[in-house]
Amino acid sequence: MGVSSPHLGWDLLADWEQLTTYPFMVQALEAGAIVAVMAGAIGWFMVLRQQTFAGHTLAVISFPGAAAATLAAIPVAFGYFGACVLGALALAALGREGRSGRSGESAAIGTLQAFALGLGFLFVGLYGGQLAGLEALLFGTFLGITESQVTTLLCIAIAVLLLLAILGRPLLFASVDGSVARAGGVPTRLLGVAFLLLLGLAVAATAQITGALLVFALLVTPAATAQLITARPGRGLALSVVLAFGVTWLGLGIAYFSPYPVGFWVTSLSFGLYVLVRGVRSLSHIRQQGTNAPHAAEAAA
Amino acid sequence: MFAHEFMRHAYLAGTFIALSCGAIGYFVVLRAQVFAGDALSHVAFAGALGAAALGIDIRLGLFAATLVVGAGIGGLGERARADDVVIGTVFAWILGLGALFLSIFVSGSSGEDGTAAVRVLFGSILGLSAGDAWVAVLVAVAALLALAAIARPLLLASLDPEVARGLGVPVRALGIAFFVILGAVAAEATQAVGALLLLGLLAAPGGAARLLTDRPWVGLGLAAAIAVGSMWLGLFLAYEIDSLPAGTAVIGVATAVFLLAALGDRAPLRARLGT
Repeated sequence: MGVSSPHLGWDLLADWEQLTTYPFMVQALEAGAIVAVMAGAIGWFMVLRQQTFAGHTLAVISFPGAAAATLAAIPVAFGYFGACVLGALALAALGREGRSGRSGESAAIGTLQAFALGLGFLFVGLYGGQLAGLEALLFGTFLGITESQVTTLLCIAIAVLLLLAILGRPLLFASVDGSVARAGGVPTRLLGVAFLLLLGLAVAATAQITGALLVFALLVTPAATAQLITARPGRGLALSVVLAFGVTWLGLGIAYFSPYPVGFWVTSLSFGLYVLVRGVRSLSHIRQQGTNAPHAAEAAA
Repeated sequence: MFAHEFMRHAYLAGTFIALSCGAIGYFVVLRAQVFAGDALSHVAFAGALGAAALGIDIRLGLFAATLVVGAGIGGLGERARADDVVIGTVFAWILGLGALFLSIFVSGSSGEDGTAAVRVLFGSILGLSAGDAWVAVLVAVAALLALAAIARPLLLASLDPEVARGLGVPVRALGIAFFVILGAVAAEATQAVGALLLLGLLAAPGGAARLLTDRPWVGLGLAAAIAVGSMWLGLFLAYEIDSLPAGTAVIGVATAVFLLAALGDRAPLRARLGT
């Protein structure tokens, strides 16, 4: 981190003071919190709707957007948002085809993603891009965030979360049981498109901080962990947000005191948590079966 | 164009890589495992960067990573097939590992070595030596032979696992074998189009073939043909247009074919193809 080498002690208060000495770190923590809350909430719906592939594709699409904006010398934010909104609309259009079912749709999504990456590479090449630039686009610049970026991020997050709150109930219904929802007069198609657009907005905002490749980690892992723990929507959503927030701040903190990148710590922490929860769940499952078996035998007798 | 040795190597390696990618990609699409293929392509990237960070041969890292993870995804079996979330979670972490390796690699090497990471990400088919090209041919032929050996039961297992299981086909073992072959192809193809573009060479020809015909064997041949055609045309375009990277050109052509297939996915064309 280049500054008078911070050292970690047992005094947590002193550690926190060290962490917040530098404005860049405070902004990183602020941006991390905003991004984590937004990604945790929208990721929960993404996992519920089994649209992880679409989510990853949107994340990847942000990369050519940013590269194109850099090439055209317009603010990179326009590139991120433009690409992700276009990507969301393209995904929505692909979903409609659906004649060859799930396999056809996933082939289309995969093709779209590879093509977007190819374009991104072309733009970086045309720009005469250095590796450092490419690395920043793919893996983010968590530690170079300005105050105005944080403000923009906050506005987008509030807008996305408000819209999600408005759509939340029918979206949940449509996600859990599409055909019943449709029969009940819920416009599932429209909701699906709206959700993809929201996901695109959230991804574009997040990708500016975490880079195109690591957005996905914040979207999918905390949400997947939360859904392992509870199936109840309210609790699950809250848990997903809390987990995303926790791993982001912890990851930022650890990265500050270590030579390795934030992205590695955030993904490793969230993945470790996921594996832990899965392990505990299957253990308790086995134990439950163990205790149930004698009862079952008695009942049978 | 063929006066240049590097173009001859590119066409030699590219043809066989495309052939194997197209053929196996058809099965990937048929089995609705494109997301797993996506994950595998990112695994290839993390593996190669890991090898680069450790200072060992990149190809070793590529093959080790894709074969191990491929077998792992295949081993998760049918349960995981519907469960994109598990694949997504694992591969989000692997991306994080990639970030770690990249940072170690970049800080540990001087600027001139930095291009190696870009080559891993986006391919270096125009920089292959004669030895590289022949290794690519060998791996591709081996993968195609292995695929041919299990093609018939694999097709049955992919189209209707229930019936296949009823007939005594080892569906699970086939799934693992399939992913191991896919892993080998992915590792080799990374050199041609790069880890990140590999997905396009798997998904686009397979997806297009699936749209154009419902007959599996015709589709398999069609997918391989589309992949090889995209490779040839892409390499030609990259050669003619200076600033166009080979990986982008190949994927661009494959995407165009897929789009045409999707647009032409209407009754008249399907009738003409007799499907």
